[in-house]
Amino acid sequence: MKVLTANRLIDGEVVWYGAAEAWIETIDTARLARDKASEEALQNVGKAALAANLVVDVELIDVELVGGRIVPTRLRERIRAAGPTNHLHHGKQARPDFVPVA
Amino acid sequence: MYRYDEFDHSFVQARVAELRDQVERRMAGEITEDQFKPLRLMNGVYLQLHAYMLRVAIPYGTLSSRQLRMLAHIARTYDKGYGHFTTRQNIQYNWPALADIPAILDDLASVEMHAIQTSGNCIRNVTADHFAGAAADEVADPRPYAEILRQWSSVHPEFSYLPRKFKIAVTGSTRDRAAIQVHDIGLHLKKDAAGALGFAVYVGGGQGRTPMIAKKIRDFLPEADLLAYCTAILRVYNLNGRRDNKYKARIKILVHETGAEELTRQVESEFAHLRDTELKLPAADIRAIQAYFAPPALIARPEGDEIVRLARLDSKGFAEWVDQNVTTHRHPDHAAVTISLKGIGEVPGDATDSQMEAIADLAERYGFDEIRVSHEQNLILPHVARADLKAVYDGLVAIGLATANSNLITDIIACPGLDYCALANARSIPVAQDIARRFASLERQREIGELKLKISGCINACGHHHVGHIGILGVEKKGAELYQITLGGSGDENTSIGEIVGRGFPPEELTDAIEMIVDTYLALRLDASERFIDAYRRLGAAPFKEALYAREAKAA
Repeated sequence: MKVLTANRLIDGEVVWYGAAEAWIETIDTARLARDKASEEALQNVGKAALAANLVVDVELIDVELVGGRIVPTRLRERIRAAGPTNHLHHGKQARPDFVPVA
Repeated sequence: MYRYDEFDHSFVQARVAELRDQVERRMAGEITEDQFKPLRLMNGVYLQLHAYMLRVAIPYGTLSSRQLRMLAHIARTYDKGYGHFTTRQNIQYNWPALADIPAILDDLASVEMHAIQTSGNCIRNVTADHFAGAAADEVADPRPYAEILRQWSSVHPEFSYLPRKFKIAVTGSTRDRAAIQVHDIGLHLKKDAAGALGFAVYVGGGQGRTPMIAKKIRDFLPEADLLAYCTAILRVYNLNGRRDNKYKARIKILVHETGAEELTRQVESEFAHLRDTELKLPAADIRAIQAYFAPPALIARPEGDEIVRLARLDSKGFAEWVDQNVTTHRHPDHAAVTISLKGIGEVPGDATDSQMEAIADLAERYGFDEIRVSHEQNLILPHVARADLKAVYDGLVAIGLATANSNLITDIIACPGLDYCALANARSIPVAQDIARRFASLERQREIGELKLKISGCINACGHHHVGHIGILGVEKKGAELYQITLGGSGDENTSIGEIVGRGFPPEELTDAIEMIVDTYLALRLDASERFIDAYRRLGAAPFKEALYAREAKAA
């Protein structure tokens, strides 16, 4: 299972491509690719967004569902999704509506 | 310190204007990321995990109070209220928006600073001994030569597209605090028998995935020949350094593959053509640059001894801080102060905006307006009257920066690691925090004595783990963090590369392993005067391997 992630051009904010076909700032409602065809579709979205100068560093990343929530497989991507583990008041995790994965 | 002349001002302002235009065109979609990336990198703008990162050059680690206040202003206005001082004596901001970068560079230019050549395959910020101009054991201040090298190397047309990045370090003392033997060029400023100044020249040191100790290719190079000789080295490297493989492109690989003797021959041959050209430094020019670095007018403050004596009796904390963080100055009534950015459980090298402002105030009031950044990620007040040490200490206590751990096991170098860095494979900062908490007792730290612990979150070795007495390298293995331990490294005048002690440790076992190594040392050292590194050199790895792995060897 994969989702599409990138950094927003203007401020570098970590974003994912959402189920509602827009770039979103938290991973929870990212669009899941469960097969090759959906992966390709996401890749095309990424190429188009890069070409449109909306985002940079576009990448498909591995995720799994934990208690129904999307959790990246690699630690690197879990840190991108939450923020630095040494500064819990910075990054996504500092947002009032952020709910950590148990 | 050095002041920009009209040329410097207009040059830096022109570069800011150029980048502003590039950023605007990028955001308007007129240039692609592939086109823009090399342009932003030339101005120190990286993209990290969470955001852009701006690396600002601090030439040879020297700052005025005004400059440090501006760094604080930038942290507060454009970032999240803190900055990260690095092992290259620079500062990094972890959260700037691309759209704000031109304004940040404008602010920097207003205090004669910039971010040029903090990335890319060019000559990077020249680093120097952080006690330069203050140290009692110094032959001469190395910073004028670092400044000459900075001017020569800034947008040098021949050396802007080298095979790979290039780092130069300069020390003016036999006791090397600038780690010159792990730089592409290391310069040791010294005097010959006649009292003339010149350099021992080291080439081809470095850390990263292939750590190498530099080779000394000249025992004494007259100061007038500095630029001609460095040009000769760079020319040989630029011509022959490998461009086919990024991992073999540093000059250390060229030195290794060519052999020091043949490389020296090539450099000397090139130098023979260059030594009597316009690259020869006129004595008047050297003296003119030296004038910028004229030492402050230190006056006799003989009352200092008595003030310090009484204050020590009054405050144990002050006494411990003086013992650990105060260094002998060439002037007997003065001292150099190390401000530890390694508070127990804090992030090595981080300082908040208000801490930076408070340090700027202390430097202005008690330190002749000078601050240094050390490659060990601390800040230094190089010239403080001993009579003012208690006032400085009290000022540091008030901002939580009076930790008395300079050169002790909790004075840890750590790269940003996987918490920020796009290249990292494992985290460094939490590892440093955990080890510091375990060894929090100052009494215990002082019993252990000098111990340099350095942590990198990937093979690129920004955390200098290869030259840590104890080095830690984070790797990713089967999707999890794993930490290799090296022992016996050292980045001083007796440089050595640490040796991997055995299999790596998962994060939850690492601090125990470090403690086991330290306890083994304590049990085996001859006496308290035998430092960890000396004991390791005497004993070798065997007793440490035994302590760490014997049980599992028996079980297997």
